Amino acid sequence: MLPSHLHNEYNQSALPALRGRQSGVAGFSWNGEPYHQMSQRYPLRLILILILVAAAVWIVLPTNPGIHIGSIDRDIKVVRGLDLQGGLRVLLEADLPEETEITSDQMNTVRNIVENRVNGLGVTEPIVQVAGSRRILVELPGIGNPEDAVDTIKETGLLEFVEMTSSDFAYFQGDQVLLTDFGRPVPSPTLVIEASETPTSTEVENSPTITSSTTEGTTDADATPTIQVTQTPSSSPTPRVFHTVLTGAQLKHAFVTQHPNTNEIVVAIEFSEEGGQIFSDYTSAHVGEVLGIVLDKRLISAPFINEPITEGSAFISGSFTYEDANSLAIQLRYGALPVPMKVVESKTVGPTLGQDSLDKSTIAGVIGLGVVMAFMALYYRLPGVLADLALLVYATITFALFKLIPVTLTLPGIAGFVLSIGVAVDANVLIFERMKEELRAGRRLYQAIDLGFSRAWPSIRDSNLSTLITCGILYWFGNTFGASIVKGFSVTLALGVMVSLFTAITVTRTFLHLVLDNIRLTEHPRWFGV
Amino acid sequence: MLNIVGRRYWYFGLSLLVIIPGMIALALWGLPLAIDFTGGSLLEIRFDSGDPPAPAEVVDLYEELEVGDALVQSAGTTDIVARSKHIDEATKTTILSEMEKRFSGPITVLRFDSVGPSVGAEVAQRAMGAVGLAAVGILAYITYAFRGVPHAFRYGLAAIIAMLHDVAVVVGVEAFFGHFLGWEVDALFLTALLTVIGFSVHDSIVVFDRIRENQRIHRRLDFETLVNHSIVQTLDRSINTQLTVMLTLLALLLFGGVTTRHFVAILLIGVFSGTYSSIFNAAPILVVWENQEWRWWFRRNRVKAG
Repeated sequence: MLPSHLHNEYNQSALPALRGRQSGVAGFSWNGEPYHQMSQRYPLRLILILILVAAAVWIVLPTNPGIHIGSIDRDIKVVRGLDLQGGLRVLLEADLPEETEITSDQMNTVRNIVENRVNGLGVTEPIVQVAGSRRILVELPGIGNPEDAVDTIKETGLLEFVEMTSSDFAYFQGDQVLLTDFGRPVPSPTLVIEASETPTSTEVENSPTITSSTTEGTTDADATPTIQVTQTPSSSPTPRVFHTVLTGAQLKHAFVTQHPNTNEIVVAIEFSEEGGQIFSDYTSAHVGEVLGIVLDKRLISAPFINEPITEGSAFISGSFTYEDANSLAIQLRYGALPVPMKVVESKTVGPTLGQDSLDKSTIAGVIGLGVVMAFMALYYRLPGVLADLALLVYATITFALFKLIPVTLTLPGIAGFVLSIGVAVDANVLIFERMKEELRAGRRLYQAIDLGFSRAWPSIRDSNLSTLITCGILYWFGNTFGASIVKGFSVTLALGVMVSLFTAITVTRTFLHLVLDNIRLTEHPRWFGV
Repeated sequence: MLNIVGRRYWYFGLSLLVIIPGMIALALWGLPLAIDFTGGSLLEIRFDSGDPPAPAEVVDLYEELEVGDALVQSAGTTDIVARSKHIDEATKTTILSEMEKRFSGPITVLRFDSVGPSVGAEVAQRAMGAVGLAAVGILAYITYAFRGVPHAFRYGLAAIIAMLHDVAVVVGVEAFFGHFLGWEVDALFLTALLTVIGFSVHDSIVVFDRIRENQRIHRRLDFETLVNHSIVQTLDRSINTQLTVMLTLLALLLFGGVTTRHFVAILLIGVFSGTYSSIFNAAPILVVWENQEWRWWFRRNRVKAG
């Protein structure tokens, strides 16, 4: 009857029992005397379990202050998904033909920029993630006016060429907001665009220059006049308003190339006919001055005007590396986004529906747990009650993990959690049924318990592993689509399965052994529902 | 002892009795795909006055604004759900202000979903891929886990057949209720389906595991008796686990709110089917295979086991 191969520790702990039986040594009595040496590890385990539960309870308590020790500084709280607290969910897709390859670097840049814009909306805990190779998922919990939010996310960014003097380089510092006389009111100061590394006022000698793309003249960066910065503009009482010469709307092309004369890496820009004329007039009148390139009210580049540029096209040079130049060209081309994006999916959940769902699911969860516990206690008696205790441990630990990781709780996530209660019980049902069989077959109690655990283990392992495989595939499916609903479900179910293996086996077993050791029960098969 | 394997063709027949009408429903009406897959917009609105307009009035409003494919339903006593082709935020705002003006506003937006058509098609495609991948993963795992048993591959395949059985049941039921109750195939349905698949295999493995164990103990016993023996031995467990899972699901169904009702109902049907198929299909299929019974299927005396 000995299984031909042994799987794990549970089998090993069952070995003495099997050996004892086969060699005819009747040393395993009800009161468990011979087991005492073996079962000494159970009190230790109980202490470990109690510590774990205490920690879990501490985390679960709604008044949990969070962890703030040294560099660790985080709050511990339940993160509710959109469907539970209401909010907006937008899926953006690269608005380029299918064939166009988009690098993950580009997508990450888009993600950063969108994230910065979203942060400006003042939403708590927004989610901005790259989903798949050409989509960005944005989730804004609890947002009041979805229309504005969608506009903010979608906007291409406003590119302006403004009149400046070389003393204005200080505007590079600290993401300062520039006021211009073009268009809209100034966005809130928290709106940050992650521009590429831009020269600061201390690096004036490296400041880019702007030259006509057809002129033969020198574009040597050393020829740039060096200017001392003497004032900080932000300290002036009346904020300075810059004059907008041109906007991105008049820009036709922007790309990286090499200067035909110097082989230096430069960004070539080309204006529309109208823009070219304005540009020509302006540069003719402002040679030696600075043209500020401003994106979303932030200075991203400030080249000197080396000469009048009358052809409508120009080079921006400035000891660029290829990456710097490319990033500038991209910003010039698409506004802030390296890839134009369009909204392919948007979902809004009103806060009413969310709260309603949460309340109802919580009630359902409590009722479900209660019914299952009642069933276990009635059907399996003593082990059932102990399994119920283990189930409470399970619920506490799992919920603590949700808070700790944190797992975003969605409705399907809660469903997954409630469902995993059923699964958690399954492991115990398997074990207890096995235990009963062994008792009916005439085994002594301790032996039956150990056999119950060891023989039920392969089923438990294989069945739960297959569930975990499914969870993994669901997670992948949810992740590539930004289907956070599916992802949330798979994460909660998988966590539930893993914790339930621990509680249903280790915790229940510890409880069972300790109770039997301490109550010294004699012939009480009824306690086991046999 | 209960003779389950002996009546296997009865049980197969019972499965078909459920699956075939479902498949007919599927062929007749197709699956009611939600905008998650087809693309389009869904607007769920609560009329705070408690006096929502008749669906037809809302359809008229949509048509006046030239929003195509409008389909409007009442939900409860205060809400309406309006589906239409893909609309953007601006159009939505227009619709809402028009509604407030025309019907007894104010109104609250409970939900607004808008999905572009390309996303939907891709999600559907990938979902099929996910189901396929799950099947392959599970098949591989079972074949590996049962490697010590003769014909380990059969166990994997039998589990997959039982799983397909459950998929067929769930999809058939969905097509049926989709037609009569307006259930829709959305991302949640897919999640439920994938979960059902997981549990179906979970149950099959428990029975298979017992067969594996018994094979080692009772080497002389003929396979059919052995399989039946294993099924009966695990029957208590199957029923009890089934019961606990069903009880939790039932709690969710009754008290869990409208949003997840469809999801939970599908899970409930699927989990039930999953237990049924693991007991009455998966294990008996092993016997059919062992006896190579298909050689008799099309002869005069169809069944020796009937």
